[in-house]
Amino acid sequence: MQHAKRNFKAGWAQAVMIGLLSVYSIFCLIPFLMVLSGSLSTEADISKYGYRLLPLHPNLDAYHILFLAADRVIDGYKISIFVTVAGTFLALLVNYMGGYAMARRTLRYRNALSIYALLTLMFSGGLVPWYIVCVNYLHLKDSVWALILPALAQGFNLFLIRNFLQSLPEELFESAKIDGAGELRIMFTIIAPLATPVLATVGLFIALNYWNDWYLGLMFIDDQSLQPLQLMLRTIVSNVEFLKNSGNAAEMQRVAATLPTEGVKMAVTIVTIGPIIFLYPFVQRFFVKGLVVGAVKG
Amino acid sequence: MNTIEGTEAATAGPRIARKRGFLGEMSRNGSVYLMFLPVFVLLLLFNYLPMAGIVVAFKNYQFANGLFGSEWAKPLLNNFEYLVSSEYAFRAIRNTVLLNLLFIATGLLFEIGLALLLNEIRSKYFKKVAQSITFLPYFISWIVVGVFTYNLLTDVGVVNTIIGYFGHEPVDFYNSPGLWPAILALIMRWKVTGYGSVIYLAALAGIDSSYYEAASIDGATRWQQMWYISLPLLRPTVIILTLLAVGRIMNADFGMFYAVVGSAATLYSTTDVVDTFVYRGLRINGDVGMSAAAGFLQSTVAFVLVLGSNLIARKLDKDSALF
Repeated sequence: MQHAKRNFKAGWAQAVMIGLLSVYSIFCLIPFLMVLSGSLSTEADISKYGYRLLPLHPNLDAYHILFLAADRVIDGYKISIFVTVAGTFLALLVNYMGGYAMARRTLRYRNALSIYALLTLMFSGGLVPWYIVCVNYLHLKDSVWALILPALAQGFNLFLIRNFLQSLPEELFESAKIDGAGELRIMFTIIAPLATPVLATVGLFIALNYWNDWYLGLMFIDDQSLQPLQLMLRTIVSNVEFLKNSGNAAEMQRVAATLPTEGVKMAVTIVTIGPIIFLYPFVQRFFVKGLVVGAVKG
Repeated sequence: MNTIEGTEAATAGPRIARKRGFLGEMSRNGSVYLMFLPVFVLLLLFNYLPMAGIVVAFKNYQFANGLFGSEWAKPLLNNFEYLVSSEYAFRAIRNTVLLNLLFIATGLLFEIGLALLLNEIRSKYFKKVAQSITFLPYFISWIVVGVFTYNLLTDVGVVNTIIGYFGHEPVDFYNSPGLWPAILALIMRWKVTGYGSVIYLAALAGIDSSYYEAASIDGATRWQQMWYISLPLLRPTVIILTLLAVGRIMNADFGMFYAVVGSAATLYSTTDVVDTFVYRGLRINGDVGMSAAAGFLQSTVAFVLVLGSNLIARKLDKDSALF
């Protein structure tokens, strides 16, 4: 342990460092608190006093309005949940199979497979031809698959998986083969359980990317009912009046004579990041561990 | 990451006479190659086809004729001439490079600083909590970060509320392009410092504790140990990560610029980058030719930089280069 006894009275140094870290941690947390406070403030307070750390007259009007327009938000949630679940499952499957092939030492052309994946990391055709291919050739415009397929195969993930599998002893593959197992069986019943650490890490990063994605939606989705949650957030923030299309406009009028524009923007932000904040304590350590696995080679 | 050439299979033992050639290989290992097929097709469609489609930069693109059927531009470099004559293209390239340099420099300072702090803290509990909190912003989408920024910087934003307390006039941030390089650097730091520090933290954890023991026996203070042991031993990691970042200097984080700056055209003089420039040309102004030319320049320069930085990184440390 590097924290072994060092005969040095560092009490004050520890205090200074804890102080610095605390300040930085607060810096990281403050925007979350601001938005939460904004979502609970009255519109009048915001326009008179501006956004504050604590709401002057806490109330739930903004959430009430949002609840009345819930169908919009729920649509966004549905799309994002589908994209995240289906995308993560398919991406893991596809990249695991690809990485497995790249890692198999018995393949004569395995280096060709790796180079095929590597070139995609080094050179990119850029936005314009990519967009034209997706829209004019693959007809992905306004399809939910446009939110999944383009991000499915990722060179970086392929290499993470390949490198991990290559660190497994070759005898594992050989003995299974001698026992008469086919490649599919070796891959899914023998190797997959051993590859859980790398698959969990890669899977979590893929899931986070799908959940937070809005780039694919921005490019390919014009139909508002297909917008993923993050894009819906942007639509609502840039045009709160959009919520009034929801059919509960009269009821909204009753709750608040004028739409609490700023408050609703903040409330919908809170509703969007809710699941992440909720899951964060449980998954955070896997991300840290996974990053280290990826960085310090296996 | 590992290097691409895996070690040759060192499987000793009697070599059974095998069928040679492509067909022999397929009959032996066909099922494994089949597993690669989905990746093969996906990369072909979403990576290789667009790579070939880069010729669109030299074409007079017509929607009906497609990428490859459209006529060649006359003269061939028409799109590029158009691009070069636009002052905005140069501005976008300049902003991309300068902002990336700013992000790399501030990133080094913050990420190493945070890693050293976390490493020196004795309280396990405090370290854990601090690491969790500083890593949290990484999990938030840029769209949400855009709302946070708005909340802080709009005319009724928190920053102006604070400025008001001290009796100063509010600052119109969304009309002050000069302030935005600093604002963007701060936002970038806020979002990715916790994430970036993890690698440095891992490198610090890998330092042999006997160095510190020997130093403290010789009477080195904690501060001296940090300065003369931790920092020098972090140097290889720092150099490699910086090199790889320099390799990406022509590529801006589109998400950040689109979500945080958005369509605030008053800020473009300091915040418009190649990626947003190309996006606007393609999706908003319908200027496919100029967009494609800008994208072509970006892709080729990026390719040379990635190649170069990886070759240097590989020279320094074989294991940390991408290839």
